[in-house]
Amino acid sequence: MPSQVTHELLLICTCLCSCLSLRSTPHQLCRVQSQGCKASICILISQNSNRIVTVVEIYIFAKQAQPRILTCTYIHFFHRQEIMKWNGWGYSDSKFLYNKKGQAEFTGKRYRLSGMIIPGLREWMESTFSANLQHKTPAAPILNSSAVQPPTLNEAFLKELKSTGIPFSHDAEDRVFRSHGHCLHEIFALREGKIGRVPDLVVWPNCHNDVVKIVELACKHNVCLIPYGGGTSVSSALECPPEETRSIVSLDTSQMNRILWIDEKNLTAHVEAGIVGQDLERLLNESGYCTGHEPDSMEFSSLGGWVATRASGMKKNIYGNIEDLVVHIKMVTPRGVIEKSCQGPRMSTGPDVHHFIMGSEGTLGVVTEVTMKIRPMPEYQKYGSVVFPNFEMGVACLREVARQRCAPASIRLMDNEQFKFGHALKPQVSSIFTSFLDGLKKFYITKFKGFDPNRLCVATLLFEGDREKVLQHEKQVYDIAAKFGGLAAGEDNGQRGYMLTFVIAYLRDLGMDYYVIGESFETSMPWDRVLDICRNVKARIVRECKDKGVQFPPLSTCRVTQTYDAGACVYFYFAFNYRGLILFCSREEILANGGSLSHHHGVGKLRKEWMRESISSVGMGMLKSVKDYVDPNNIFGNRNLL
Amino acid sequence: FQPVTPVVLLIFNPMLKKRDDFEDMLEERRNSSDLRYALKCYTPVLYKGLTPCKVSELKQMVLQSDQLGYVITQVSKEKGVTSDEVTGEAAAILEEMAQRLQLSTVRFFAFTLSKVFKTLFRSICINEEGLQRLQQAIHNHPVVLLPSHRSYMDFLLMSYILYTYDLALPVIAAGMDFMGMKVVGEMLRMSGAFFIRRSFGGDKLYWAVFSEYVKIMLKNGYAPVEFFLEGTRSRTAKSLTPKLGLLNIVMDPFLKGEVFDISLVPVSISYERTLEEALYARELLGVPKPKESTSGLFKARKILSEDYGSIHVYFGQPVSVRSLAESRVNRSQFNLIPRHIPTRPSEEILSFVNDSAYRLVRAQEENMVLKPWVLLAFVLLQKQAAEEKQGTALDELTEQAVWLRDLSRQYGAFLHWPDHIPPSEVVSSSLSLHRGLVRISEGRVQLALEQGLLYPGFVILSCASYRNQALNVFIRPALLASAIHTAASNRKQEIYNSFSFLRNMFSNEFILCPGATVQDFEEACYLLVKTGTLQINQQEVLITERGHRTLAFLTSVLDPFLQGYQVVCRFLCEQDGLTEKQFIPAVRKFIIKHLLTGRLRYTEVLSSDLQKNALAALIRLGAVQKIKGNNYCFNVFPSEARNRGL
Repeated sequence: MPSQVTHELLLICTCLCSCLSLRSTPHQLCRVQSQGCKASICILISQNSNRIVTVVEIYIFAKQAQPRILTCTYIHFFHRQEIMKWNGWGYSDSKFLYNKKGQAEFTGKRYRLSGMIIPGLREWMESTFSANLQHKTPAAPILNSSAVQPPTLNEAFLKELKSTGIPFSHDAEDRVFRSHGHCLHEIFALREGKIGRVPDLVVWPNCHNDVVKIVELACKHNVCLIPYGGGTSVSSALECPPEETRSIVSLDTSQMNRILWIDEKNLTAHVEAGIVGQDLERLLNESGYCTGHEPDSMEFSSLGGWVATRASGMKKNIYGNIEDLVVHIKMVTPRGVIEKSCQGPRMSTGPDVHHFIMGSEGTLGVVTEVTMKIRPMPEYQKYGSVVFPNFEMGVACLREVARQRCAPASIRLMDNEQFKFGHALKPQVSSIFTSFLDGLKKFYITKFKGFDPNRLCVATLLFEGDREKVLQHEKQVYDIAAKFGGLAAGEDNGQRGYMLTFVIAYLRDLGMDYYVIGESFETSMPWDRVLDICRNVKARIVRECKDKGVQFPPLSTCRVTQTYDAGACVYFYFAFNYRGLILFCSREEILANGGSLSHHHGVGKLRKEWMRESISSVGMGMLKSVKDYVDPNNIFGNRNLL
Repeated sequence: FQPVTPVVLLIFNPMLKKRDDFEDMLEERRNSSDLRYALKCYTPVLYKGLTPCKVSELKQMVLQSDQLGYVITQVSKEKGVTSDEVTGEAAAILEEMAQRLQLSTVRFFAFTLSKVFKTLFRSICINEEGLQRLQQAIHNHPVVLLPSHRSYMDFLLMSYILYTYDLALPVIAAGMDFMGMKVVGEMLRMSGAFFIRRSFGGDKLYWAVFSEYVKIMLKNGYAPVEFFLEGTRSRTAKSLTPKLGLLNIVMDPFLKGEVFDISLVPVSISYERTLEEALYARELLGVPKPKESTSGLFKARKILSEDYGSIHVYFGQPVSVRSLAESRVNRSQFNLIPRHIPTRPSEEILSFVNDSAYRLVRAQEENMVLKPWVLLAFVLLQKQAAEEKQGTALDELTEQAVWLRDLSRQYGAFLHWPDHIPPSEVVSSSLSLHRGLVRISEGRVQLALEQGLLYPGFVILSCASYRNQALNVFIRPALLASAIHTAASNRKQEIYNSFSFLRNMFSNEFILCPGATVQDFEEACYLLVKTGTLQINQQEVLITERGHRTLAFLTSVLDPFLQGYQVVCRFLCEQDGLTEKQFIPAVRKFIIKHLLTGRLRYTEVLSSDLQKNALAALIRLGAVQKIKGNNYCFNVFPSEARNRGL
């Protein structure tokens, strides 16, 4: 087809798109095909950093002067699996593997560690888990569509949905991709090619009004809706209840990813809830702002998901957790839309209805738009790290920092096992000088200062703000650390510590290739119980592994990740050379020792059975009655929480 | 009642009990230098989480603890004195209490005790596998040692054994009465004893110092903590109902999540002849106990010339507090109050600690080694009560002892009967070891009862104390046998009711865990059916042909106690009320009268232990009321006591 036609078509399509109420303009023509007098064109409508691509396919009569639309279908390149793994964490191009020489390597270009050789990892893995590179358990490479149950479709719903023009799909891959989060058992099943109940249909609303329409239709036709944001849940929240007999529709918010406005006077931004963390941050940065909300999953998790699970960000000490950041929420429920009538910074209007929404885990409705606080981007950032002779001293230091309320943007304390793990992840050093310097540091700490390499632990720090204040703040924190035997251990160690946060999730996939499975979980607790819980939970993991007949002792490690006035958040990791049901016991141990059910991961279905114990029967009744009022027919039927 | 499932019944099967073998630790002492032994290199395995600290640092930790700090503030407010003064008071209490474990003192004891033990005892037998388990336990978790308590010897012996086998030396909770012995008290302190007052009911500060001191030593894994569950030495050789205070304290760090787990290790120490044999009998008969004093100890030297047979020490399977508490205790109940604020334990915790204590005492009982003499004591006492004046022929005695041997083995007794020696020799060597208690003439054996009443009392109570060692083996079947005897019909339900009544009545006397009536009944039924004494169908309980002898024996086991309780009841019925102090002398006088007139056959009823237990039971059952006033009066409800079938 001649190029001017193409140009013409593009113009036509622009018009069409506005007719279709797509707010973004098409910016790329992907494919044009002609068959006789019919032609079909594909237009790329939008693309976010995860390349979740929206394409519209339009069939037209091209030979007429006024092209007439025959059909208009969205082709959904929402196949995240093209850039993201369908049975593992993160981007397809980024993964750990052992190269031909048997050295560990991290592929891709996205991270600081990407493309590097990690010489220590193999030895660490072999010694920690007694894993053997000879024994591999590769994952099922591609999804076997025939293993997926055919969709149970609600024809009446489908018919009306089609008339709204909201894109949807019942393709097996699309459905499977939205049927899970990232719990160990979920990923494990996928690797083995086992697929349980999956959504029957996926819909991609483009804006708040689309959601209103979908929810109305779902109520009308009694269809179960499960909202889907970034898919990073670790609480089985996205699992389809196997007992659900109605058609299950996964409502993917990924297309609602625009910043609708920025209010620089009040420092707020009004954002659609489907936006992914890194996009939100990047787009705000372009205007010189940030939200400062950086959960470890921010590359993939969405704003709506944060609100629905009461998320917590790494830099909450400066910017606050999600409940502190949110000014206004719009949510579509089966009863209608809920939102407050003003955006006052604080109100005394009875119990705050936002708190019914935050943590509702998709049981009450879909969050569509959120007004969030924003801040000017920090002038200066500095990483740091401190080595402590032992974990007890480290915790005491963090407590003191919290007491003096001088916590930097982030302060985290890794235990000895995690310190060693971080050490194993050091990339190959390029110069002899650096390796000499490392040796010297090690000598200074272990020999000169007398730290026991099997007991010492490291705190990583991140300071933010204007330069002068950062430096002043840094000195204050290091002075406190010194009182607890802490030695400053450099910016580089600190930065690597934070990088690890993003990379550690990829490592689980490598472990699973070699019969090593792992899981993480978090809790929060009062200060006086931090040491006891860390010790007891780690001991419980080791004991349960032993009792369950796990041959080799597991890696059982923890990290204090947040400090509060009255307590702290602790993150546990465990991994071992095959398998058992350790998670249940660990949570039991946490609760028995005065820890919380969850600090920020949420309850989902994974931790449901402890809810009553956690919030009392009356509390359960309150939540239940809200659910009964808002969603009497259980349209939002993911059965999380209650 | 609800029958227990067969799976649970398996636990009762005595044949399934596996026990370790014994090694004599004195053998090596007899063959090598005691001095070299006392000076040997001592490097025990310690708790893996231990941060070593000195005795003085330990005291500092206690005084600076949040727990004590809280109570000090509270007390200073209540009494209106400065907190410094209260802290000083606390420091003084701690000073009085604290141990000062010193290896040199331990070595001194190791040397002298070697000498003493070798003269007193033929052998000291230990299950070495138990010690290996203990070593493992000490490495993994804080450990609490719970030995049975029959003699002053017990805790010296414990430390002696642990030193010999290179295990961590314990710190031992001891009664303040030892402090009376100036030099010895201090020496005991230096070998790890810490001293607690016998009663400090309302003293908040004392309790806080004491519990914090114990907890800190335990939590830090400073040393195994040793105390006696029974609280005091059992004068009758029956296990005493456990005291819960210290057990409560040592379980607390686990319940509050301050340690991952705690191992409780029951230790059973059985003496072939107790050193205090005569003392105990005298005490039970109302001749007051001499105050512990150093000079008294030297006077006791004459016992050095006698033969006390052998000692068996059995280190039981460590019991994990965590597994005891699993699905029993909801530990999250401690989440809402800061842990340094002392709180009264909830009903749930109290009943948990109580049940655990009973379980542990039973674990001690089960591993007590029984000597043939214990069985002979049964026979001789029964013969004596049957008033067979000429005594028993040796052959008959042997026959009965062998019969009893087989029966007790079937019931799971840990009997040390040398099977390779002919039974008659076993019997005669047992008799010769206890020659003070028996008289043999013309091939007939009887208890060495001379004229008068008190002296036979000594002999019979001493003898009873040996018999009592095996009572725990027979108690449940005996209760069932008596229940069958007293029940109006052979309907199972009726027998159960009668069993339940008797069990309830005697729960101050024997180790019968409250609330476990059904289990005990099932256990007794299981044993008697298995040994062919009874046949039990859905409704009825039938005695088999060969079951009569067993039943007669079992009924006679309980008979002295039944009769004793009856006499106490009869006595109380004749009173209009009396004070607590008057009770024992008055009831004793009453019993002597009955014994002399021949209305009462069992001289052992003279035991003040039985009398006190009977009274406590009657108070518990509401037949007797304790009125608090100027003088403690017992208000008796005679009709009630009679109605209850006594």
